[in-house]
Amino acid sequence: MNLQIALLLGQDGITNGAIYALLALSLLLVFTVTRILLIPQGEFVTYGALTMASLQAGQPTALVWLLLGLTLADCAMDLYDATRSSRGFRFQKRIVPKLAYALLLLGLLRSLPLAELPMAVQALLTLALVVPLGPQLYRLVFQPLASASSLVLLIVSIAVHVAMVGIGLLMFGPEGARTAPFSEAGLTLGPVTFNAQTLWVIAVSLALIVGLFLFFERSLYGKALRATAVNRLGARLMGISPTLAGKATFALATFIGALSGILIAPITTLYFDSGFVISLKGFVGAIIGGLVSYPVAALGALGVGLIEAFSMFWASTYKEIIVFTLIIPFLLWRSLTSRHVEDDE
Amino acid sequence: MHFKQAVSTLLLSAICLSSAQADVKVGVITSSTGPLALVGLPQKNSTPLLPTQAGDQKVTYIPLDDGSDPTATVKALKKLISEENVDAIIGPSGSPNAMGVIQFVAEAGVPLLAPVGTAAVVLPMNEQKKWVFKTTQNDDLIAKALVGDMTARGVKTLGFIGTADPYGENWSKVIGAMAAEHGIKLVANERFQRQDTSVTGQSLKVLSVRPDAVLVAAPGSAAVLPQTTLFDQGYRGQMYQTHGAALPDFLKLGGKKVEGTILAASLMLVLDQMPDSHPSKQLAGEYVAAYEKLNGSKPATFGANTFDAGLLLQKAIPLAAAKAAPGTPEFRAALRDALEASHEVPATQGVYNMTPDDHSGFDERGRELIQVKNGTWTLLGSN
Repeated sequence: MNLQIALLLGQDGITNGAIYALLALSLLLVFTVTRILLIPQGEFVTYGALTMASLQAGQPTALVWLLLGLTLADCAMDLYDATRSSRGFRFQKRIVPKLAYALLLLGLLRSLPLAELPMAVQALLTLALVVPLGPQLYRLVFQPLASASSLVLLIVSIAVHVAMVGIGLLMFGPEGARTAPFSEAGLTLGPVTFNAQTLWVIAVSLALIVGLFLFFERSLYGKALRATAVNRLGARLMGISPTLAGKATFALATFIGALSGILIAPITTLYFDSGFVISLKGFVGAIIGGLVSYPVAALGALGVGLIEAFSMFWASTYKEIIVFTLIIPFLLWRSLTSRHVEDDE
Repeated sequence: MHFKQAVSTLLLSAICLSSAQADVKVGVITSSTGPLALVGLPQKNSTPLLPTQAGDQKVTYIPLDDGSDPTATVKALKKLISEENVDAIIGPSGSPNAMGVIQFVAEAGVPLLAPVGTAAVVLPMNEQKKWVFKTTQNDDLIAKALVGDMTARGVKTLGFIGTADPYGENWSKVIGAMAAEHGIKLVANERFQRQDTSVTGQSLKVLSVRPDAVLVAAPGSAAVLPQTTLFDQGYRGQMYQTHGAALPDFLKLGGKKVEGTILAASLMLVLDQMPDSHPSKQLAGEYVAAYEKLNGSKPATFGANTFDAGLLLQKAIPLAAAKAAPGTPEFRAALRDALEASHEVPATQGVYNMTPDDHSGFDERGRELIQVKNGTWTLLGSN
């Protein structure tokens, strides 16, 4: 191994690590606010990437039908809740914009020349399609059992993951897809040329991390989410709606997932079932952070990316084993240093 | 009048039903969901195209999905055998799934036509595997063509990147032995996972030993990533691929970066360039056209392997029906014997010649050397 190889591997590790870090942060965020381990986080990544790919191929993606279906189910739930309300039936005005949004996207996809759109518009369209899925999933699946035990939430989360992989196969087919790179140029630093896409990944990840930091430190909504994460009951007593908190975190997590998918789709081939392994590596990062600490989780995820890159070179056959064995020393260290508290309130 | 019509209709349908029970029943197990869907979906989509008439016998197909799960394969197989009383089974899609059911088909005495990659389902031949037939090219048949081409091009050192699954493992074994025989040194032997987002490490390792040529062994579009990564890192040696890469998406995903790749696969990719005298040309053309009409896309060769199983059965069923009635153990045994005696049966992938020792039955007509030129498959021998 010479310096050039080490630098190339490092570049690769940091690129993947940056994605894992983003996923680790969103997993952590969802877990602290709602106690849900968001196993389907990886599916948002593949949905984002594959939707972008099908837009670039000029095909109106089938994802819009899923969005429409979930919107209808969502509206039906709203109406059902309204009929059972103790204050009598009141028409839910928010149904109108929800339906209008889904129908607008359907119309846009049918009428726009998808393949010729500038890449930024394609990316925005992808986000507009994928991001609403998160809050809708929360509304339909998790909100009715928000007060259930963590174990139930985990089981339901796994079920959602399995269902989403199946729907992904139905919508995108079994073949992998990749998208055009954002830009072709590269940056030459010493002996190594940095891939332009790598720089995009790192830049966007950094911007997103800073953005998240500002959101949680400066904005009222961010502080409300943080309060819910610290103490759900207390936050509720202060007038913070747990439903809103749940939907907001799901929206944020979906946004991060879909954006990660759009970022890595030009570098690699993604399949309908690639998401799980990617989010699992983010999860290893989150575990290293003990599912509490954001900076440690991000650093851990970066470490996972780097170790993955170098074990690819030294022992490609055992790469996956090496990455996932990482979790054991950290679990040992966690269980030795932390005081065991009985589960749940 | 109406009454008479009703009675005659009833009687007619009763006759049809009773004769339907004497039909030959064939179970089709595919993995159209789960991680093997890439292979299983074209197979499932080919099921409606399978021949429904064999000699005087009507053939009905009972399709089942095993979700890529070997346990579900066993369940589906037992259901087909005990509830549907099938005479033969086509499937499953995956090598591990097929390995897991060999003992059950042997116990029940039902011929199994497996469209899977691994040669281990029919080799080494034993009491159980004599019930199993394999409708895909054995790896060594493809490898022989590739190594022949390497020798002709004066390749001295070869790098290998394969998937970390039975497909890649078997290829590494086959190519390692065969290359050594021909004086080609295997200088790098790397593995990756289908879902890996990056294979930078593996390709750097290969790149650092500067081989004359690199062979990528991966099923489906997973074959693309190692090759594009090598291209991006500046490798310009000759690239080889296995028949696992023989599908339209390989060209679509690889684009300019897979230009010049050489692979050996069935003639299906280069149909219009084949001489009309090739026994498979017409059959394959018809299959591709029918598949496109039904599904709106070009089939991957995986689907053709299932279709070929149907063609083999079509030839064997009349022979077996002369000896016993469908639905009986005698018929199934006769069907097995008839399949084993398949002689010069043309199909979409090549020509089958089964023997008691060779249950795959392909010869050189079952593979062509193909190169990617100007973004399309080009027959290599023809120019």
